[in-house]
Amino acid sequence: MKKRVTLEKKRERAGLLFVAPSMIIFTVFVFVPLIIAVVFSFLKFDMMFNHIEFQKFDHYIKLVQDKRFWNALFNTLYYTVFSVPLLIGLALGAAVLVKRKGWFSSICKSVFFLPAICSMTVVSIVWSFLVNPDVGMFSYWLTLFGFEPVNVLNSPTLAMPAVILVGVWKNFGFNMVILLAGLNGIDESYYEAAKLDGATSWQQFKRITVPMLMPTLSFTIVNAIIGSFQVFDQVYVMTKGGPLFKTQTLVQLIYSTAFDSFNMGYASAIAVALFLITFVASVLTFKRMTKGEEDLA
Amino acid sequence: MKTGHTGKRVGWLLRILVLGILLFVVLYPFLWMVVTSFKAEADIVAFPPKLFSGHFGLQSYIDIWKRIPFMDYYKNTIIFATSVTCVSLLFDTMAGYAFARMKFPGKNIMFLLVMGTMMIPFQVIMIPLFVEIFKLNLTNTYLGLLLPRATNAFGIFMMRSFFISLPKGLEDAGRIDGAGEFRIFAKIMVPLCKPAIVSLFIFHFMYQWNDLLYPLILTTDESMKTLPAGLATFMGTHVVEYGVIMAGACLSLLPILLAYLFAQKQFVQGIAMTGMKG
Repeated sequence: MKKRVTLEKKRERAGLLFVAPSMIIFTVFVFVPLIIAVVFSFLKFDMMFNHIEFQKFDHYIKLVQDKRFWNALFNTLYYTVFSVPLLIGLALGAAVLVKRKGWFSSICKSVFFLPAICSMTVVSIVWSFLVNPDVGMFSYWLTLFGFEPVNVLNSPTLAMPAVILVGVWKNFGFNMVILLAGLNGIDESYYEAAKLDGATSWQQFKRITVPMLMPTLSFTIVNAIIGSFQVFDQVYVMTKGGPLFKTQTLVQLIYSTAFDSFNMGYASAIAVALFLITFVASVLTFKRMTKGEEDLA
Repeated sequence: MKTGHTGKRVGWLLRILVLGILLFVVLYPFLWMVVTSFKAEADIVAFPPKLFSGHFGLQSYIDIWKRIPFMDYYKNTIIFATSVTCVSLLFDTMAGYAFARMKFPGKNIMFLLVMGTMMIPFQVIMIPLFVEIFKLNLTNTYLGLLLPRATNAFGIFMMRSFFISLPKGLEDAGRIDGAGEFRIFAKIMVPLCKPAIVSLFIFHFMYQWNDLLYPLILTTDESMKTLPAGLATFMGTHVVEYGVIMAGACLSLLPILLAYLFAQKQFVQGIAMTGMKG
């Protein structure tokens, strides 16, 4: 009897040992930093920590009054509102079109996924050149259609749409693959029954594909929203937040406040705000989507 | 009957047309990148721009190594991506296995905490992380790049799902033979989950290889930068040399692209699996 107990203890200890490395790393490099981020947001300090000042809520009061913060928040929302529907719409459309078996579909799938394996840095560099008015192919083609040559990335009105389109170009294949896995999980017999009832392709799409795909679809949408709140790479490479801060997103603002102006306390306050915004947005979206699911059930 | 037939025809044509345009839009930038990397600078900036024009040569591929510490970037990226991938795979698999098939106190709370880390964007904790690494004197070191990434919540989740799906009582054979828990894990369990490990390997490796912000804040020395950070800086500070940058871009894509050509199925499977967690 005694031997059995010690054996069980031994197994429990083994279990703890198995999770120990991961738990230690998460504690030191995720949970502690999260707490520190909140603490930092109430402090003013220099890199050597020689002068630390408690700021009470000063950083948050400054945040609410800071035009740059509201501008970055607006830009981030602008990015989200346009990029998410475009991204998911395109991904869903492509998924439906390449679902059919055959060599053409296979080629399309492989090619559309190609941007997803590249770094956003390289993608942004290539696109910066393609829209460049001096050497860019795409801007040259636009002039052939009678448009004036414009420096897209220098234009306050066009820079953000360009950043959005590059994001969509890079990520739609990734989402297409996830949606395709969901599409292939839908039983073919639903479509056969619908065809017998004389349903058109559009009706089938609306009444079968979308509802059945809802779990996968809501996953990709929530993911896309979270991702768009974290946009940084394209902006860093293509515009550095310009022109006139028109493409400065929240993450870019945090980065430049912390690592260009070394105001880490204030940058932490923005980071905490970003965390809350992301959290609320994803919970709200998820609630809405799962509610839609229940209604259909 | 006839309208149905033409309707089908139109639908078929529309599908080909839409997919054809998409193919062009996706492929053209890649084509331009590769062709430009072989062109002379004077031909690249010639107006009007033409894709195939002038002379082709390897000058840009020779220059890139001299203009910037490209060799360092490459070496750093390989070391960073490989070390993170291997260590994280080990810890993810171990933790995933324990969460799936072992009993120990605090298991449920710990698993909840692990899943909770997925809700915390890196951007929110990057300032404290930078300070931590700085205070540990690990800025500009491979260890500093490795440690915070040495485990991954998604990896643990994925391996856990995989281990749960294995038949019950699989451990007992090993236990009867008197093998220790780690031997059972390494000799019986791990060999069974090769497909999941391959997918996770690709997932981790690609992510580190392409990541920009994380290595950007943890390295300040030019000689410690990774490819994305180095190329982004090159693009920002130097007088733009299109051919040279495109050569660098092509070389930085090459390993992942080759891997994609040979293991396309695993790439796609890994990504499709991320969708399953929803």
